Amino acid sequence: MDDFVRLLQLVINGTAAGCIYGLVALGFVLIYKATEMVNFAQGELMMLGAFFAYTFVGLWGLNYWLGFAMAIVCTGAFGYLLDAVVLRRVIGQPQFAVVMLTLGLAFIFRAAAGAIWGYDAVGFTTPFTNRIANLGGGVVLGQDNVSIIIGTVILCSVLYLFFSRTRMGIAMQASSQNQLAAYYMGIPVRTVFSLIWAISAGVAAVAAVLLAPVQMVDVNMGLIGIKAFAAAVLGGFGSIPGALVGGVIVGVVEQLAGYYLPAGSMELTSNIVLLSVLILRPQGLFGQVIRKRV
Amino acid sequence: MSQFKTSYEQDLRLATKRSDVFWYGLLLAVLLAIPFSLSEFYVGEMSFVFIYAIAGVGLMLLTGYTGLVSLGHAAFLGIGAYANAILLSEGVPFAVSLPAAGLITAAAGVAIGIPTLRMTGLYLAIATLAFGAIVVLVGEKWTSLTGGFDGFPVPTPTVLGFAIEGPSGVYYMALGILVLVVLVAMNVLRAPLGRALVAIRDSEISAQSMGINLAFYKTVSFALSAGITGLAGALFGHYVRHLAPDSFGILLSIQLVTIVFIGGLGSLHGAIFGAAFVALLPQAIALVRDDLPFGIGRLPGLEPSLFGLILVLVIMFEPHGINGRWQKLKRWFLAFPLHKRAAFRRQKTYAKTDRLR
Repeated sequence: MDDFVRLLQLVINGTAAGCIYGLVALGFVLIYKATEMVNFAQGELMMLGAFFAYTFVGLWGLNYWLGFAMAIVCTGAFGYLLDAVVLRRVIGQPQFAVVMLTLGLAFIFRAAAGAIWGYDAVGFTTPFTNRIANLGGGVVLGQDNVSIIIGTVILCSVLYLFFSRTRMGIAMQASSQNQLAAYYMGIPVRTVFSLIWAISAGVAAVAAVLLAPVQMVDVNMGLIGIKAFAAAVLGGFGSIPGALVGGVIVGVVEQLAGYYLPAGSMELTSNIVLLSVLILRPQGLFGQVIRKRV
Repeated sequence: MSQFKTSYEQDLRLATKRSDVFWYGLLLAVLLAIPFSLSEFYVGEMSFVFIYAIAGVGLMLLTGYTGLVSLGHAAFLGIGAYANAILLSEGVPFAVSLPAAGLITAAAGVAIGIPTLRMTGLYLAIATLAFGAIVVLVGEKWTSLTGGFDGFPVPTPTVLGFAIEGPSGVYYMALGILVLVVLVAMNVLRAPLGRALVAIRDSEISAQSMGINLAFYKTVSFALSAGITGLAGALFGHYVRHLAPDSFGILLSIQLVTIVFIGGLGSLHGAIFGAAFVALLPQAIALVRDDLPFGIGRLPGLEPSLFGLILVLVIMFEPHGINGRWQKLKRWFLAFPLHKRAAFRRQKTYAKTDRLR
């Protein structure tokens, strides 16, 4: 029984961690699906979101929910400007130029955040910090982990409704399928791309605020992006549900490896998952393969 | 302006122009004289440039000429450094341990090259990123081999009874190997092997239909690139004299890719320009640090952010890198009063989808 409870707790903790990976991966996938750019600075956008939230809630003492909303809006606006000012100029350059560009941006963001907020880890209290949810049967969980899972579910439902029900959401789907046809239909493709960047930055901010009760905010928290890569690749890089499922799988596997395997294997897990998925099933769990005809 | 070609052999020569022989000879003579005229500090910095240039040439063969992007090349640098250092400390002579380090690293290159044969572009970049991270983690945990976080002291190499030590020893060693590696790379590029690699870069499908065995040539490219980077790693070990696994992480990999990007993809000149730039940037920042206004010089993250900023600016405004700028400058002087702006106008391009493969 104890073993079962232990396993259940590991799985739920892993799911919570995996939701964060999934949300960051979701940011990658949204941008990749729409613009075919890969944003290596996604983890850094999350870091910026965390620092915005820290400024509003921790420093200015605003209400948690108000600060949450403001952090999403500020990070989203930042994402919009990033696309409008920088990334729009490199459309048509090789894909890898964009990768290097975003890697460079990641360095700049990290240094800028360090200059503004300092290099010490900071934190702020949330309504979920250090509270415990008792699920009965001896299963005790932190409310922080539960809030992450619930927050992810809510965010995904909102995104799903947005993409399937609103005009702008459908315009985004259209421009991701065929840019030229979308232009012909009168969709402002450039604005749509910038909005995608805004949404993806906003998702990163949500991930950051959800993560706040569990992890301190610091300049290097963007390195989580590498685990999110594993999640996105596992899900097939072009698939939104795939990113979340991939994130949860990576999170759970990581927790289990940390408990059952020798020390040090936890850090290896995400990389090994990533490499083996790429070698064995490059299209991921949910990806589709389209072959080019010559 | 430029010379007319009168025979096919002219295209195949290593030095396509007479004047090239003179200028490169002069450059080599100047480089050979540097340890006698400059202080030890600058000699050390120059050897660092050479080591980066060797690794840059290695990565250029893979990324610039075969079109395969690796974000894990620091791992090859590390494997080469450790292989050389461990062999030396086991008593193997340097004349054997250095080539052996190159061969071991080339084998590691094959080991990552074969499973990633089907991948291109982004997926390959991510796979090599994961490979690099795994190598660093294994190096940290396998303490009996690598010494872990305590580090691994690199023995002083001896050649023909002479100990190669001090900045000028490392300098000449690095210069010699750089010249060798550049000659090898130039010869590879004018041989069928190099033509096959360029064909693969430009279009895999058309290369395949011309009868190029993709799997074979990609693996060879990986092996060659990794082997050269391994040589650079061995020299890097002698330069720093104390190895630690975590110094070969993702940041170094990104620096190596930055070398080929800032230098200019698809040119050996670019690899060397880029290496000089990336290796000397920290010193350049240190020189002007105190003179910068508003206390910018005292910000702790100045160096990586400048690194990032320059990378961003290069990709946005000069995608052909330093070498591209250098070609434009040369052309401007050659054609002096008749310079046309349109000669280097960038062709308008549209995003080509990578989803189809």
